[in-house]
Amino acid sequence: MTEHDTKNIATRNIMLHYPKRLADKPIISTLIKKYDIIVNITRARIDQDEEGTLVIEISGLKKNIDAGLAYLDDLGITFKPVSKVIKRIDERCTHCSACIVVCPTKALAVRDRESMVVDFIEDRCIGCGLCIPACPYTAMEMSE
Amino acid sequence: MAKTIQEINEKIKKNKACVFTAEEIIQYVEKNGIKRAAQEVDVVTTGTFGPMCSSGAFLNFGHSSPRMKIQKAWLNDVHAYGALAACDVYIGATEIPDDDPANKIHPGKFSYGGGHVIEDLIAGRDVFLRATSYGTDCYPRKKLETYINIKELNQAFLLNPRNSYQNYNVAVNKSERVIYTYLGILQPNIGNANYSSAGQLSPLLNDPYYRTIGIGTKIFLGGAVGYVSWQGTQHNPTAKRDKGGVPVEGAGTICVTGDMKQMSTRYIRAVSMIGYGVSLSVGLGIPIPIIDEEMMKFVSVKDEDISATVVDYSSAYPNREPDIVTRVNYRDLRSGTVTIEGQSVPTASLSSYSLAKEIAQNLKTWIENGSLLLSEKVESLPGAESGQTFKPLEIREKGGDTDD
Repeated sequence: MTEHDTKNIATRNIMLHYPKRLADKPIISTLIKKYDIIVNITRARIDQDEEGTLVIEISGLKKNIDAGLAYLDDLGITFKPVSKVIKRIDERCTHCSACIVVCPTKALAVRDRESMVVDFIEDRCIGCGLCIPACPYTAMEMSE
Repeated sequence: MAKTIQEINEKIKKNKACVFTAEEIIQYVEKNGIKRAAQEVDVVTTGTFGPMCSSGAFLNFGHSSPRMKIQKAWLNDVHAYGALAACDVYIGATEIPDDDPANKIHPGKFSYGGGHVIEDLIAGRDVFLRATSYGTDCYPRKKLETYINIKELNQAFLLNPRNSYQNYNVAVNKSERVIYTYLGILQPNIGNANYSSAGQLSPLLNDPYYRTIGIGTKIFLGGAVGYVSWQGTQHNPTAKRDKGGVPVEGAGTICVTGDMKQMSTRYIRAVSMIGYGVSLSVGLGIPIPIIDEEMMKFVSVKDEDISATVVDYSSAYPNREPDIVTRVNYRDLRSGTVTIEGQSVPTASLSSYSLAKEIAQNLKTWIENGSLLLSEKVESLPGAESGQTFKPLEIREKGGDTDD
């Protein structure tokens, strides 16, 4: 990649909502092959009614990302940017550490082994939501 | 040089008592030795905070007009046991609403239950009471629906039949699938090891032979003053112990009581364990009087000297088989990884060490400022010499032999 290209690289986190009629379409594959976008799936869920929610990190040339998003729009997929998906309600957290072994990115971690306080390092959080059911005190919430 | 509890209390009254937490005392003893520390230090405070399922609350609502002999009662749709005198009930921490799907869609969420009712009461929130009965000449009312609040209740006290377990299992999962237990989510193939003890801060691990902790001992319970009211259920003083006398598996337990009206939701919290059920986390601390050098030796116990037994919760535990995987110590558990069967395994704790520390610190402050005097136990808990064990339940025919 040239220096010019590097300046035009963009990374965005978006949440997609798939209607049932598109559940069998190779949409992510199209984003990768046709629009040359790097896709990192951080969260995927298909509901009982076969509607799906997907949180993806996409990166690529700005013009490709714009074209890719226009493609999603044309298909009728609703999407919105994701900033902080998971939040911790600090007054509910007891710092037990039940969450740390289910967090795949160590966004929830005990860094100071003297205080044994559980830190929530939001930069590392990919919004997978595994911590939500693992927390006995319902301290973790998904804000969509 | 032995000290009596009365002598220690005289010093507390004059704000002259020397108090350490069970964590602070470790370094102090390392630096000054047992003998000198025993002379200088009067009290060592302990603490623990974690899910303790054998917990519950007695409530007295007062009498309605006309009066009612409450037979069945529900608080926010959670059943409370009403087969006591007219307006007394007991709400258990693990009760779930009658219409809760439980584990029908596995793993169940268990978002509300007895523990939550207890937390709501302590938080001062109104709770919906529904009750039914058959009616008598002296108690004619058959139905009742009203809101109650802890402020209006005559009595609301916790009576927890088994709290503050002296040591506990470390849970692992040797199967091929994720399992959901009261010790949390366990990943397959020993993916994690979950424990639940405050280790070196835990009350009964600092008085392993129950020399000072007994019936009548004044304690910190849920942010208020409480008492040890009896030996706890499953109290097992003859559990395996190491050379220092510290049990290496679940051993002693205590039954505790305290006034919920004085408690705080910082130290009493409802628990929803996915796939398992509802429970209550209890914050509990016990001050230990340093009556002699032996007590100082006991309270200076440190995490690396306390072992816990690792048990497979996918097979050995549910089938009540005696097999253990290995033993690990609390220093390693608290470090974040332990070695089990040659594999490095991440650890997680269901009890909160940071709240255990805070509780021990609170007790220390109460004693230092003279607001908490120590109590002498009025009766000892059964000790190792009692021969008392924790017996299993054998399934058998009436008058006959067991089936295995």
